[in-house]
Amino acid sequence: MQAVKRFINRMRSKSPWLLHFDCGSCNGCDIEILACLTPVYDVERFGIINVGNPFHADVLLVSGTVNHRNKKVLTNLHAQMPSPKLVVAIGACGLSGGIFREAYNVVGGIHKVLPVDVYVPGCPPKPEAIIDGVVLGLQKLQRLHEQPSVEKEA
Amino acid sequence: MTRTAILIACGLIAGPILGGLVSGMDRILTARMQSRIGPPLLQPFYDVAKLLFKESLVVNVWQVFCAYCYIAASSIALVLFFLQSDLLLILFVQAVGAVMLVVGALSSTSPYSHIGAHRELLQILSYEPLLVLVVVGFYLETGSFKLTSIYAWREPLLLKLPFLFIVLGYVLTIKLRKSPFDLSTCHHAHQELVKGLLTDYSGPFLALTEIAHWFEVILLLGICSLFWATNWFGMAILLVATYFLEVLVDNITSRMNWRWMLSYVWGVGLTLSLVNLIWLHQG
Ligand code: SF4
Repeated sequence: MQAVKRFINRMRSKSPWLLHFDCGSCNGCDIEILACLTPVYDVERFGIINVGNPFHADVLLVSGTVNHRNKKVLTNLHAQMPSPKLVVAIGACGLSGGIFREAYNVVGGIHKVLPVDVYVPGCPPKPEAIIDGVVLGLQKLQRLHEQPSVEKEA
Repeated sequence: MTRTAILIACGLIAGPILGGLVSGMDRILTARMQSRIGPPLLQPFYDVAKLLFKESLVVNVWQVFCAYCYIAASSIALVLFFLQSDLLLILFVQAVGAVMLVVGALSSTSPYSHIGAHRELLQILSYEPLLVLVVVGFYLETGSFKLTSIYAWREPLLLKLPFLFIVLGYVLTIKLRKSPFDLSTCHHAHQELVKGLLTDYSGPFLALTEIAHWFEVILLLGICSLFWATNWFGMAILLVATYFLEVLVDNITSRMNWRWMLSYVWGVGLTLSLVNLIWLHQG
């Protein structure tokens, strides 16, 4: 049983499929996220694919601030992803609202509406940092699954 | 009796294993052509294993039924191929699977899934007649629809059916969902199509459709192998060259629309097959 569990966990960390949602970012972060898919960084080496479909995704990458308009969309996308799933907040805006935090329509960082697993700081963060964020998230997921008590609670 | 059982087991095991390896090779080759490193060879297996153990979110229960029907039909088609059964029967069993996948996609309410399903129907409409014509070509040359007698034919069929092999190439491109015919679903179209046909299949059911697709790929490569059945070496070279060409075409062409696909594939495909069939008949 333990071996099967370990096997499943390994498979999960070997094929994280991404869903990227631009939650009102300035596009700086989005460009950096997409840069990860180019031949220079080539995240497909690690089995990472940008699927663009919440039904298929394992990792939700959110860039930009949450505002009153799009928070429903964001929670909806998160709800449509089959678990186990991860949320990675990208950039200063995703962490706290960044330079937009004072704006009248802004709710703040992603953690205001979703449980965030990994925060990747930067304005915008480097592609290396984004890849690192996803890897950290996967390690967290593995740790969660290796502790039986946590799984029961979930 | 034991022979039959062994052949059935071979079909059921060889389908997913070879299919996954072919798909892994395909991804590495594609990556190399785009000057990337690409995923490990076993990546398709990792993906499927992960999907099988994800939570199952079902939009409509019919989709579950359709996914199971699809994998059942495509695995039966491959098993029939291994049992050296009737080629026409194999084609129709395979067609049932293809249609069930579309039915599943249509049972959801997502517009992306519907667009993908309609495009897939048009793809089926484009390649089915050609596939039947290829089989008719086999019949005219060897006098039988039975795989046993086609495999036993004394000279390579490619020499007598060269145009039909090109036609089968078109069918293969459509069936493998490669550019320029990747209209219904593909990894690169998520800006416009999300995942088209497969949008609403998720978790384990997506894994089932993927495995079923591997069965289909192996079946089609099996049909390709009929063109050079006299020795293993020639067969291997033919298959490798064909698949390499498929990947190459995928990388140097862009996605076209269904009107172009239908007129082009029918125009070129039907002409080539008629020329070849008439030539056979005359000779
Ligand atoms: S963190 Fe910087 S680059 Fe990213 S969305 Fe905010 S302002 Fe733009």
